[in-house]
Amino acid sequence: MVHPIIRLVVQRIALGLLLLLAVSILIFGGTQLLPGDVAQAILGQSATQQALANLREQMGLNDPALVRYWNWLWGILHGDLGTALTNGHDIATDLGKRFANTLFLAFWAAAISVPLAIILGLVAARYAGRWPDKLISGITLATISLPEFVVGYIAMYLLAVKFRLLPSVSMIFDGMTLGAKLHAIMLPVLVLVLVVLAHMMRMTRAAILNVMQSAYVETAELKGISPGRVIWRHALPNAIAPVVNVVMLNLAYLVVGVVVVEVVFVYPGMGQYLVDHVAKRDLPVVQACGMVFAAVYIGLNILADVISILANPRLRHPK
Amino acid sequence: MPDPILSIRNLKIEATVYPPDAPPHDVVIVDGVSLDLQKGKVLGLIGESGAGKSTIGLSAMSYGRGGVRLTGGEVMLNGREIRLANAKALRSLRGREVTYVAQSAAAAFNPALTLMDQVVEATLRHGLATRSEAEARAVKLFRKLGLPDPDNIGKRYPHQVSGGQLQRVMTAMALCPEPSLVVFDEPTTALDVTTQIDVLAAIKEAIHDTGVAALYITHDLAVVAQVSDDIMVLRNGKTVETGVVRQIIDDPHEDYTRALVSVRSIDHEEKAKAEPVLRVDGVTARYSGTSFDVLSDINVDLAPGQTLAVVGESGSGKSTLARVITGLLPPRAGSIHFNGRDLTPDLKSRTKTDLRELQMIYQMADVAMNPRQTVGTIIGRPLEFYFGLRGEAKRKRVQELLDQIEMGKGYIDRYPAELSGGQKQRVCIARALAAKPRLIICDEVTSALDPLVADGILRLLLELQAQENVAYLFITHDLATVKAIADSIAVMFKGKVVRYGSKSEVLAPPFDDYTDLLLSSVPEMRLGWLEEAIAGRRMASAGN
Amino acid sequence: MIRIPPSALLGLVMTGAFFFVAIFADFIAPYPLAAVVGGVWDPSSSEHWLGTDSIGRDLMSRMIYGGQTTIKIATLATIVSFGLGSVLGFTAATVGGWVDQALSRFVDLLMSIPSLILALVVLSVMSVNELTLILVMGLLDATRVFRLSRAVAVDITVMDYVEAARLRGEGTGWIIFREILPNALSPLVAELGLRFIFAVLFISTLSFLGLGVQPPGADWGGIVKENSAGLVYGIPAALAPAVAIAVLAISVNLVADWVLNRTTSLKGGRGA
Repeated sequence: MVHPIIRLVVQRIALGLLLLLAVSILIFGGTQLLPGDVAQAILGQSATQQALANLREQMGLNDPALVRYWNWLWGILHGDLGTALTNGHDIATDLGKRFANTLFLAFWAAAISVPLAIILGLVAARYAGRWPDKLISGITLATISLPEFVVGYIAMYLLAVKFRLLPSVSMIFDGMTLGAKLHAIMLPVLVLVLVVLAHMMRMTRAAILNVMQSAYVETAELKGISPGRVIWRHALPNAIAPVVNVVMLNLAYLVVGVVVVEVVFVYPGMGQYLVDHVAKRDLPVVQACGMVFAAVYIGLNILADVISILANPRLRHPK
Repeated sequence: MPDPILSIRNLKIEATVYPPDAPPHDVVIVDGVSLDLQKGKVLGLIGESGAGKSTIGLSAMSYGRGGVRLTGGEVMLNGREIRLANAKALRSLRGREVTYVAQSAAAAFNPALTLMDQVVEATLRHGLATRSEAEARAVKLFRKLGLPDPDNIGKRYPHQVSGGQLQRVMTAMALCPEPSLVVFDEPTTALDVTTQIDVLAAIKEAIHDTGVAALYITHDLAVVAQVSDDIMVLRNGKTVETGVVRQIIDDPHEDYTRALVSVRSIDHEEKAKAEPVLRVDGVTARYSGTSFDVLSDINVDLAPGQTLAVVGESGSGKSTLARVITGLLPPRAGSIHFNGRDLTPDLKSRTKTDLRELQMIYQMADVAMNPRQTVGTIIGRPLEFYFGLRGEAKRKRVQELLDQIEMGKGYIDRYPAELSGGQKQRVCIARALAAKPRLIICDEVTSALDPLVADGILRLLLELQAQENVAYLFITHDLATVKAIADSIAVMFKGKVVRYGSKSEVLAPPFDDYTDLLLSSVPEMRLGWLEEAIAGRRMASAGN
Repeated sequence: MIRIPPSALLGLVMTGAFFFVAIFADFIAPYPLAAVVGGVWDPSSSEHWLGTDSIGRDLMSRMIYGGQTTIKIATLATIVSFGLGSVLGFTAATVGGWVDQALSRFVDLLMSIPSLILALVVLSVMSVNELTLILVMGLLDATRVFRLSRAVAVDITVMDYVEAARLRGEGTGWIIFREILPNALSPLVAELGLRFIFAVLFISTLSFLGLGVQPPGADWGGIVKENSAGLVYGIPAALAPAVAIAVLAISVNLVADWVLNRTTSLKGGRGA
């Protein structure tokens, strides 16, 4: 007899993989099956018949859609993402380098924003309705209303141009020391932190407040237990699942923020790579990037669900 | 006389309210309440919702829920003033000298910790015993409270035990630190009636054996009469009267207390059998996607102008029966005859006349009325829909109906949110009546209401029945209500009718086991009832 | 008389002003959209209140016309997302069965990838024009409206008053329009504001990435992009449209917040 929690986790992961498969169909279909001739869209209206025919041949557009999809998926499963139309490079190689850069940026943004958001969320919950809470929610409202690139340029204008504290462009390359890299990415990290912090804080606050207002926390207070122990022993174990969910949701949100922030600071990451190739209509690259972004996003969501399944006492100790 | 454990003088409690369309302001919840509680005594606090009884109970721990503040008077616990005590002093007092048993133990236990961890927590935190001593104490209490497998039940998590058991564990949790005072806040209200009696007896015995003083808060006078020495009757935050149990029950001084005592004393003469308006014939039903029958082979009938009470506990299938009769859940087998015709099983294929003549009233009047419609629209719609009444004629008829439910002028343009609980239920009755039905299904229509308000609704229903000759299928879990209004009774248990007949037949011995259990579990408003009922039960189980 | 708190009043006035300027841009803008009337990045002067842009066009005029484009596209996209999302959401909730299942699963799929990524993928093969942008944004955002309106409608359909109407024999039309819709309206109106903000941010982001409104057209995101190179030299021209986006978004947010609060207080409201 398998423990029900293992069954649930396996189910959730299987569902996630199924979703990823559906997404691959969506991405492939979105780029290949939309109305209009893909080759025409890539080369423009002035393309010659010969050029169009060559491109169709090169992209395998003459095969049936199902065959093309299967070949593409088969390639992905074997780590072969194809070659870029614009420069003939192997996509997996280019993408790998840039993906590492993006992860580097996202890692530092997450490493700063997650603890900060949880602490500020706790402060806001602790002083709910009082001035620290109002200040925090006011700032939240402002940052939620700002697109990432606006935050980026304001930060750049103030910190890089007016006060010359940080570099305005975040170039990193292989030979750099870690310190030099960190200095280079300080500004984009700051912007990403600002962008995700508000959401994460607001949702953490709501999750904590929800637990703090529950009857069992009142029971603990009526036992004369110290506030520290009430939070540590009674509130926290029950707040873990919702807070982890909040964190994961916002890390997934970070994935989107990264695209724009990389463009603002000319950072050689995957977002910039994707945007460049969308403009050049380099389909294989766009598809590959789309799949990687989707996989990360779905992966984080699965992780969030699995953690909340594991943290649920009702599932851990079935009747 | 020794000094009281708890002594409250002129207590005043206020709260800040935030109405949507007005500036926030303070309201007085409790005003000038005083009480004394001696060691080993139980004081019952009784009143309807809004009486301030829970708020007073929590003031014994100097605790205000939400924005509630103790703004005046004196609260003395074991000779020390605690109303103005600082947080540290209160912490050393709560969970040591005074403990609390909440209405919903299911919500009051932390789902992430074992029962034992929570039961001994206060004892350990206040340094009253070592862990092994505390656990031994807890097991002893579990045994005393009649919990199954007392040695191991502490290893379980809250969701792994039943509601009645959880309520007993919470009582053990309150008694474990050996406090001088326990506050019981409606500890049995959320339980089924047959579970309530055992928990009640366990609590009473535990209070008696440990010699602890207790405040027992409830809205049910019959319950409080069983466990208390004295009773304080509260209304709108003020004391109505205080006295020993016998005086309050046998010789109440105030009109309000008298009304509370005599509630459910409606005397309803049983009507003779007659040709039925509704016949339920061999109905069996289940919900789609499930594999068991919620109802099996139900046969009952109901004469015009009479009341059939369908009584049972939660999960007995009584509300499902209503869904089958109204056509919301087509039965798997059996048929329903109404007015000499066969009703089609499915709602969609019923004629307008069938729909009109069969009306329904719900438990929660709050959600049974569209909050965006005025009373006039709500009652007027059936008039328009079934009889084509419009304009002035409709408005006139709506007013007639409002007069009939004793609400009079000035309500026709109000929204449901502006009405009290009882008024809302009256509007729902008027809406059903507007269709000129032959049968109204009443689904727990009084169980969300305070006893006096419920009493008024029942009297109104009986009056309307006499005027309009309408039949009621009255679904309820409350036997007192059944006795007050039924002509015939069907007792349901696990999807079957276990006993059915006229009121006098059903309520007269010999009983089947379940009906006996049910009848003997309904608290009666007299001293010694609980002991008799428990003794009767022990005898019955010894006889088996 | 409804009491409007000052913050919501400020939001209403500001939002109104933005729409007024957008609608009457032709009469308000001092110079044409594309006319080169000065030097590169001239500072602000009495002729050019906000100075000139990267190729010497009047920045004030470009801001006004850009606002018109941004607000127009965002409004139309919101109409598409709302029309599509709410109709399908209500249908799924009231009809149920396989229709509900199919729609809900498809929406789950669309929402399993960030909208921006999906939009980029789609825009890489479609010709980018205003109509495409409106449809792509509207469609992607309709998923959120669908989820909300379905959830709201499902909450309402289980209410006893809807069952009462059904038992009375009322038709589907009455149930949707008289019982469900009046109670679903307030949360949907609040959502309308949030969806509009989202559309403004979305189109601005796309244009900023060079994948939204194409030159010679202009919207706020595009104007930020055109002038972003100046920032490094300390020329803040790119910040003007950035601030405009932020102020519009905050104004609408203030109004939406108020509507949402009113909704929740109505739900919890009880009579004496």
